[in-house]
Amino acid sequence: MTVTSRPRGSEAGSLETGRLGASPGGPPSRRPAVRSRRLPVAKRPRADSNRSGHGDASTPPRRGRFLVGLFLPLVLLATWQLIAVSGLVPAYRLPTPASVWLAGLDLAGDGVLAGHIAISTQRVLIGFAVGSLFGLVVGAIVGLSRWASAFAGPTVGAFRAVPSLAWVPLLILYLGINEDSKVLLIAIGAFFPVYTTVAGALRHVDGHLVELGRAYGLSRTNLLLQVQLPAVLPTVVSGLRLALAQAWLFLVAAELIFSSMGLGFLLSDSQNNGRIDRLFLVIILLAVFGKVTDALIGVLEKYLLKRWS
Amino acid sequence: MSITSVPPRTSVPALGVSIRGVARSFTAADGSIRRVLRDIDLEIGAGEIVALIGPSGCGKSTLLRQVSGLDRPSIGTIAIDDTRVTGVDLRCAVAFQEPRLLPWRSIERNVALGLPPGTDRAAGAARVGELLELVGLSGSRSLRPRQVSGGMAQRASLARALSRGPGVLVLDEPFGALDALTRLRMQDLLLDVHAAEPATILLVTHDVDEALYLADRVVLLGQDPDGPDGSSILRILPVPGVRPRARGDATLAQLRGELLEGLGVDSRHQTAAPHRTSKATATSTARDSR
Ligand SMILES: Nc1ncnc2c1ncn2[C@@H]1O[C@H](COP(=O)(O)OP(=O)(O)OP(=O)(O)O)[C@@H](O)[C@H]1O
Ligand SMILES: [Mg+2]
Repeated sequence: MTVTSRPRGSEAGSLETGRLGASPGGPPSRRPAVRSRRLPVAKRPRADSNRSGHGDASTPPRRGRFLVGLFLPLVLLATWQLIAVSGLVPAYRLPTPASVWLAGLDLAGDGVLAGHIAISTQRVLIGFAVGSLFGLVVGAIVGLSRWASAFAGPTVGAFRAVPSLAWVPLLILYLGINEDSKVLLIAIGAFFPVYTTVAGALRHVDGHLVELGRAYGLSRTNLLLQVQLPAVLPTVVSGLRLALAQAWLFLVAAELIFSSMGLGFLLSDSQNNGRIDRLFLVIILLAVFGKVTDALIGVLEKYLLKRWS
Repeated sequence: MSITSVPPRTSVPALGVSIRGVARSFTAADGSIRRVLRDIDLEIGAGEIVALIGPSGCGKSTLLRQVSGLDRPSIGTIAIDDTRVTGVDLRCAVAFQEPRLLPWRSIERNVALGLPPGTDRAAGAARVGELLELVGLSGSRSLRPRQVSGGMAQRASLARALSRGPGVLVLDEPFGALDALTRLRMQDLLLDVHAAEPATILLVTHDVDEALYLADRVVLLGQDPDGPDGSSILRILPVPGVRPRARGDATLAQLRGELLEGLGVDSRHQTAAPHRTSKATATSTARDSR
């Protein structure tokens, strides 16, 4: 009975993130400012040449930063422990960190937890890959061709406006409760951030550079490969980052609603059985996995930004 | 500056350019039509160097864009070597008013973008290397555009245009961002390259002395105060003497005066004495109006 009420809660969350990924203003930041043709070339700003420098006094060194980032979780953990043992909150509402740890060990013991994690990770990765690949292709077509943009832009925009969880009943009806429907839902979630950022970024590639490519006789393909794609690459990676966050979001939604395995299922199962320690465990695991995969893309992003600009 | 060798060119010989009855108008956002250029007629012989001079905003860059085929005239035709220009014309190599380097490529790879398609890898690398040497960037070959100065970027852009070995070289204020000394060097470099592998050169400059030093003819573009809207050719001045000319040649003094007057520089601002002061005046005046 509670099964129906829970998805609604996560839907609100998805709406929020969905808007984030689909901000209508096009690409974040990369849009070249309107260029003044009159400016003497020598005045070209070269401000960001030392943005990535390490010498900046106000930023702590790398190791220090890592340690500083570790501080808050430790404080949270300590506070949690204090409140839990103080008896302020009854144990069936707030487990102790130790009991969560034990629940983890317990689940890990017979390989159940690993199974849940594996299936969830697999769904996220496949859904993310499929969704972002389509997002990349459709976004490139719509971003590069005015005709395609006029033709397909409004339609894709309308589909984007549908809160993605609204597809769930239809997906279940058409595909059944199986891997396909779950992966497809995740793919839908990953598609839009990539589509939006790629299309927007390609539309706003510096016209001067595109014209340069034309002047030197680059074919359409070469123009795309040598000028337009490299110009949007950093933006594309941040689109991928958003898409990955969306993928995790839709994974949990899918597994909460229609699944018998995975971390989302573990959540709903624990709720039904009153296993608050497992609920905490899964939430912590989701935080860790989400953060780790995000950090992986973050590393890629950093590398590209360094190489590319 | 003298150079020992100019890298062997791989492509076409110099080609003549004819501009016939060209006009270009732009439609503003409010629907009104603004004519920038009108009645431009100019025949440029193969291997000739023509300097285009005129006040800021008079349409010099626009005219260059017509020649290179990046833009089409509203009226009239452009032909290179008697073949009509209908789209981007690969017999031309352009150095834009801005350096326009690809930020994710090294200087070297940016210059290599100019190589004619199908250039042999080793030959291309050799030519790029020599051109970088010529424009004084061999020490910066692996830097990215954001790591070099505006003047260095402009030299890279010039090297990129030269690497094409074009029939027509279209240069929009190629030395605008350079200090006085580098500017003189680059002028000599351009003449050396031109002597070794003649190309027809059409270049825009705001520097009267530069025009007189480099060009066979100087074309003064501007709005005729008594004529209809749109810049036209106000004057074409053939420059006497063979290159390399002595800088500040006395026989050029009168031409300089005429050009400065054509640019609207008050005669009080002109000095009779050596070119250095008058050059500074001319340059700064032309730039001040930007
Ligand atoms: N694509 C365009 N659309 C509308 N107007 C344009 C366009 N390109 C140029 N113009 C107008 O044409 C005029 C001439 O521009 P152009 O860039 O050719 O000047 P210029 O002589 O090269 O000036 P400068 O010496 O400052 O470079 C300007 O008034 C400009 O506003
Ligand atoms: Mg110009």
